[in-house]
Amino acid sequence: MVEMLATDGTLTGSSPMSSEQVVEALRLMLLSRAVDERLIKLQRMGRVGVYGPVHGQEAAVIGSAMALDPQRDWMVPASREHPAMIHHGLPLTNMFATYMGNFNAAAIPEGVRLLPRQQSIGAQLPHAAGLAWALKLRRTGGVVAVYFGEGASSEGDFHEASNLAGVMRVPLVMLLINNHYAISTPVSGQTAASDLARRADGYGFPGFLVDGNDLLAVYATTAAAVDRALAGGGPTLIECRTYRIGFHNTSDNPKEYRQQNEVAEAERRDPIERVRRFAAREGYWSAAREAAVLDEIRAEIDTAQRQVEQLERPGPAAIFDHVYETLPTRLVQQRAEAIDDAT
Amino acid sequence: MASNASDAAPTSPAVSADSESSILEAIRTALFEEMARDARVMVLGMDVGRLGGVFRVTRGLQERYGADRVVDTPLAEASIIGASLGLAIGGMVPVAEIQFLGFTHQAFHQIGHQLARYRFRSRGRFNAQVTIRAPFGGGVRTPEFHHDAIEAQFSQTPGVKVVCPAFPDDAKVLLLQPIRDPDPVLYLEPQRLYRSVRGPVPAGDYTVPFGSSRMVREGKDVLLVAWSAAVHLCLAAAAELAKDGVEAAVLDLRTLVPLDVAGLTAAVQKSGKVVVVHEAPLTGGFGAEIVATIQQEAFGSLDAPVRRVGARDTPYPPGALEDHFLPTVRRIAAAARTTAEY
Repeated sequence: MVEMLATDGTLTGSSPMSSEQVVEALRLMLLSRAVDERLIKLQRMGRVGVYGPVHGQEAAVIGSAMALDPQRDWMVPASREHPAMIHHGLPLTNMFATYMGNFNAAAIPEGVRLLPRQQSIGAQLPHAAGLAWALKLRRTGGVVAVYFGEGASSEGDFHEASNLAGVMRVPLVMLLINNHYAISTPVSGQTAASDLARRADGYGFPGFLVDGNDLLAVYATTAAAVDRALAGGGPTLIECRTYRIGFHNTSDNPKEYRQQNEVAEAERRDPIERVRRFAAREGYWSAAREAAVLDEIRAEIDTAQRQVEQLERPGPAAIFDHVYETLPTRLVQQRAEAIDDAT
Repeated sequence: MASNASDAAPTSPAVSADSESSILEAIRTALFEEMARDARVMVLGMDVGRLGGVFRVTRGLQERYGADRVVDTPLAEASIIGASLGLAIGGMVPVAEIQFLGFTHQAFHQIGHQLARYRFRSRGRFNAQVTIRAPFGGGVRTPEFHHDAIEAQFSQTPGVKVVCPAFPDDAKVLLLQPIRDPDPVLYLEPQRLYRSVRGPVPAGDYTVPFGSSRMVREGKDVLLVAWSAAVHLCLAAAAELAKDGVEAAVLDLRTLVPLDVAGLTAAVQKSGKVVVVHEAPLTGGFGAEIVATIQQEAFGSLDAPVRRVGARDTPYPPGALEDHFLPTVRRIAAAARTTAEY
């Protein structure tokens, strides 16, 4: 397992990230956790439908995202990677709109090299392979990074996409975020293998197992995979082994299927705390600086929430938008009926 | 799958004016023309490159346009479709072949959940300019799954268009358009007609709006409504009926999604007596949608109950028994006669 940063914040080797990058990563990690808190609160107030927190997985998600160049590389998310999406260019307001039920305002802005969240587990993997294939065919440069969980690794789409990516030798970085649970099913229920990274052997490309709670190890491994892909070396599978400290989503109660001591152990390995210790030891992070950053984050979140609340909510006509480029006759009629029904 | 592999590889696309060609040749011509017109167009699927497809539809394309644009993929339907979506997002224009429509079940989620909804989900940021070509239909004694007519299932996946030509000219034009259409299109190829039906194919570019049916035979006594290979069964039935003095009209729908409601309604109003024919099992077939549309739009014009002739509601039987399963000329003629005499 690739490891660089111990739980006490001591580093083995030299840091692959600059101090500015580590500070930015810390800011995103803290933002992510603050977003979790806010959206869970809004869900409990009935203002958000369902929300799945990132809590515990921040290093895996943010360390990998920071190894990408948003101007050059594409990101294909699953659904629990919003800090990565924000780093890649998705405005926080759009992210809030996603969960606050305003799908028009949730759209990925033009120019941001990011695909929408995927609710069909693993279905984004063939898209990512195809997109990476297009980058290769068109010689545009850049790589595609795709996120998925250990649950998705059981899906046929994982196999088909990995196989195709290997055969076509496309510039793809496959980020398997192993958070140990697919809703209630532990990883031992997904696979008899001890190590998902080794599946890459079966597809003819390299696979690496990384401590997914180690920001620097995730960053370094992803950066190497990006370099390999850019050089024409094809895909890489990276298993980021982390732990979902939070619930699957706001409808889930993990106490029904896992032991509290297991969660306590994961909390001891908290991905933020070790970066905080590391940065403090390096002399560029302090309680005062964190307090200032948290103030900024709260203001940013307040703004995003307020902006979404002030938006006009989509009406009945919105469900007919973007079904096709040109609406067929039948849908023109149904649209008129839907508008009529709502007035 | 055995097929006639004796066609000589074309050295150039057929571009001569209004040449007679088969449906297979018309499809191939459309692919040659589109790949020449637009360098983003690529063909991918199982055996489509070196072999030219199990029916040789894509024969000669790889020699002409290279292995980067005419690609033999691994044997994996979901990734052929899923990767096509990614290729489209990345700026290519994929024409994906699924070797037989029955095997789209292995890719159904990528079609229904992904291709169909990507424009909608992304609120217009991304569109899926992807054409899926798939041979289908019975009558040629194929092994299990190679004949399944599951087109109705794709009428329940809003966002996808469903195109089903029955003649060489439509086979060409109705493929040119999907390739240029910014939205995903399922293009169904009637495998039993590939080489048996010949007809004129206009040279070069021409268009037919999606959702425009075509009256392929006029007749005052009864209207037969069909698509794809069933159109030819209806024409054969109409010829039989004519011997007894019953004049049957035949309407070829050409596209199921979008459906030509206006054209269908006008034809029904003219005739008053209608039989809907399809190769899919009767229950829940797209014929039910046609009948529901007819009774809503043209109830006052009907002079007889609308009848349906479809395949039996059984799993597709072995080839030796398929004549007991599929609609036949005799069954269609009998239904038409009963309806005409009502």
